[in-house]
Amino acid sequence: MEQKDPITDMNEDDVRKIYETMQKIRMFETREKDLIQTEQEGFAHSYVGEEAIATGVAAALRKDDYITSTHRGHGHMIAKGGDMGRMYAELYGRTAGYCQGKSGSLHIADFELGVLGANGIVSGGIPIAVGAAYSAQLRKSDQVSVAFFGEGAMNQGLFHEAANMAAIYQLPVIFVVEVNHWQCGVRYETVYHPSVIDNIAIRAQSYGFPGEKINGNDVVEVYQYATKAIEHARSGKGPYLLACYTYRIETHFMGDIDIRPDEEVAEWKKQDPIENLERRMYEAGIMSGSLMEEIRDDVNTQVAEAIDFARNSLKPEPEAALEHVYA
Amino acid sequence: MQGTASSPSLKLLWNTFTHKVETNFGRKPMRKIEFRTAIREAMEEEMRKDPLLFLFGYDVGEYGGEFRVSQGMYAEFGDRRVQDAPINENGMVGLGVGASITGTKAIIEIAFMDFLPMAMDAIVNQAAKFNYTFAGQRSVPLVLRTAMGGYIRAAEQHSQCFENWFVHVPGLKVVVPSTGYDAKGLLKSAIADPNPVVFVEHKFMYPMKFEVPEEEYSIPLGSADIKREGTDVTVIATSYMVHLTLNVAKKLEKEGISVEVVDPRTLVPLDEEKILESVRKTNRVVIVHEAHERGGWGGEMAAIIADKAFFDLDAPIKRVGARNTPIPFPQVLEEFILPSEERIEAAIREVLS
Repeated sequence: MEQKDPITDMNEDDVRKIYETMQKIRMFETREKDLIQTEQEGFAHSYVGEEAIATGVAAALRKDDYITSTHRGHGHMIAKGGDMGRMYAELYGRTAGYCQGKSGSLHIADFELGVLGANGIVSGGIPIAVGAAYSAQLRKSDQVSVAFFGEGAMNQGLFHEAANMAAIYQLPVIFVVEVNHWQCGVRYETVYHPSVIDNIAIRAQSYGFPGEKINGNDVVEVYQYATKAIEHARSGKGPYLLACYTYRIETHFMGDIDIRPDEEVAEWKKQDPIENLERRMYEAGIMSGSLMEEIRDDVNTQVAEAIDFARNSLKPEPEAALEHVYA
Repeated sequence: MQGTASSPSLKLLWNTFTHKVETNFGRKPMRKIEFRTAIREAMEEEMRKDPLLFLFGYDVGEYGGEFRVSQGMYAEFGDRRVQDAPINENGMVGLGVGASITGTKAIIEIAFMDFLPMAMDAIVNQAAKFNYTFAGQRSVPLVLRTAMGGYIRAAEQHSQCFENWFVHVPGLKVVVPSTGYDAKGLLKSAIADPNPVVFVEHKFMYPMKFEVPEEEYSIPLGSADIKREGTDVTVIATSYMVHLTLNVAKKLEKEGISVEVVDPRTLVPLDEEKILESVRKTNRVVIVHEAHERGGWGGEMAAIIADKAFFDLDAPIKRVGARNTPIPFPQVLEEFILPSEERIEAAIREVLS
């Protein structure tokens, strides 16, 4: 007998929001790739291909739950409800940006949304998420904390330190490792032992909490496992590790050189998380093709408006660089 | 007293011993408590008021702190409020940052300043920059307590003074108390401060007794203190160096040399006004710190004085710091490297000559 697609167990409104969020991330990043190389300064890292992870996890979180993000952080921010206009404004270095234009792509945060910051230091956000969970526990709140990071960060000593502390204090933290197969220009296989590359979630066992390998390109699977992990953490059972296998479709940063074999990238493009969702929504009768198109058009308009907002916002005065050194 | 065979060993730091350093500074007699007790009292008083303030570090729990600073606190406050940590300095400070931006407040203890290099990312890249990076969305009201300094035969990796590393990083405040009175009052202000504060104690001083009032008080960050008034030369000294300098001042007084001892107490923020006022009065300056002379904060201090009071100077500014080598273990070598009363005296005589 044919197995029922788990997408049919989901609330249709939730699926629709998830689809819209994934399209927002995709279109935000697609436009950003051009903008950063034409009219913006600095550099930015694309989340294209990994949309299902941030979206699926954030869909299972509450607004007052915390996340820490990474240098590849636009997707986490959008998934947690970030304002694309203020994000673009930050990328343009404008005063309407989330950090008043001071910090750019690597450092977008919105504390009202529980986003405790993207982070320019690989693994830097992981103990911060653990500290937020420590705070939640001390305040007797049932908030949880999610640390997003890549497989490169998982080899930092800081991951080990943070995971161990989360375990011994039984803190409500979900570690979400995005295994996107490239650590800047280094292959995943180069930095992980062959005996663990198929499932780095087994590292969780050594700390004493559960870990699961999941398909990071399947937003339904991410959502379902995230729901389970969040419930586990929120109910006081301690941390959880989700190893989400995915692929970095774009180069390390937008405009970087690319040493990856074309056929490898092409193979992963066939497993596109958005196309995967569209097909399944259609097959399950959740959404018609025309409604998908309507959503895409709507998101496209939102992104265009967000870019306009950013372009029209003010540049900071030089003296603004002297503000906020101390509170 | 320093530089004699009676100098205490590291072991003695675990026990009370009577120290000969004069600590009255002209105030009326009051109870005397150890340096570490003064620090403990500041933490206890604030933790009783704020149930979301917690002390975090290895050995701070049942053991009572590597230098017995938190003795008895675990019994009063229990788990999570006085929480033993694994040995993972970077993770500890990182956890403290996360906790301090989400409604609670951490005092992190890393007993030896020599271990702070293990935590540099959390201190320098995370805590120090948070308020700036996110344009004031959230500051990090974290206190990092640590102990610097030698004179205890602890060798290369347990004797160092890195306070200037943190002076160099915008966003951090740096406190270097020299007495129990100052330590308690400044720690209260550090805990109340919305910014990350590196609070640098001196391990040799933990058993030293100081006059500390029973009633609560605090000392604002950024207020220097004249530890001894004088007219001939200004010696700017911090932490344990204040006591060596006071001994020298007492000795020179007999020769009619009047030494003013200025203790900045906090390096960031720095009370330039009070320091420069003293310089303009005496016209001669010696700067003493235990950290290595090369790249120490004394160079910065000298530059500020040269910039703002150059025409008030009657002699070149002299610095006394550790010689530019690692800090060796046995007494005969350590004493040769670290600042001594003899070297401070020689520097004073040189600027007066």
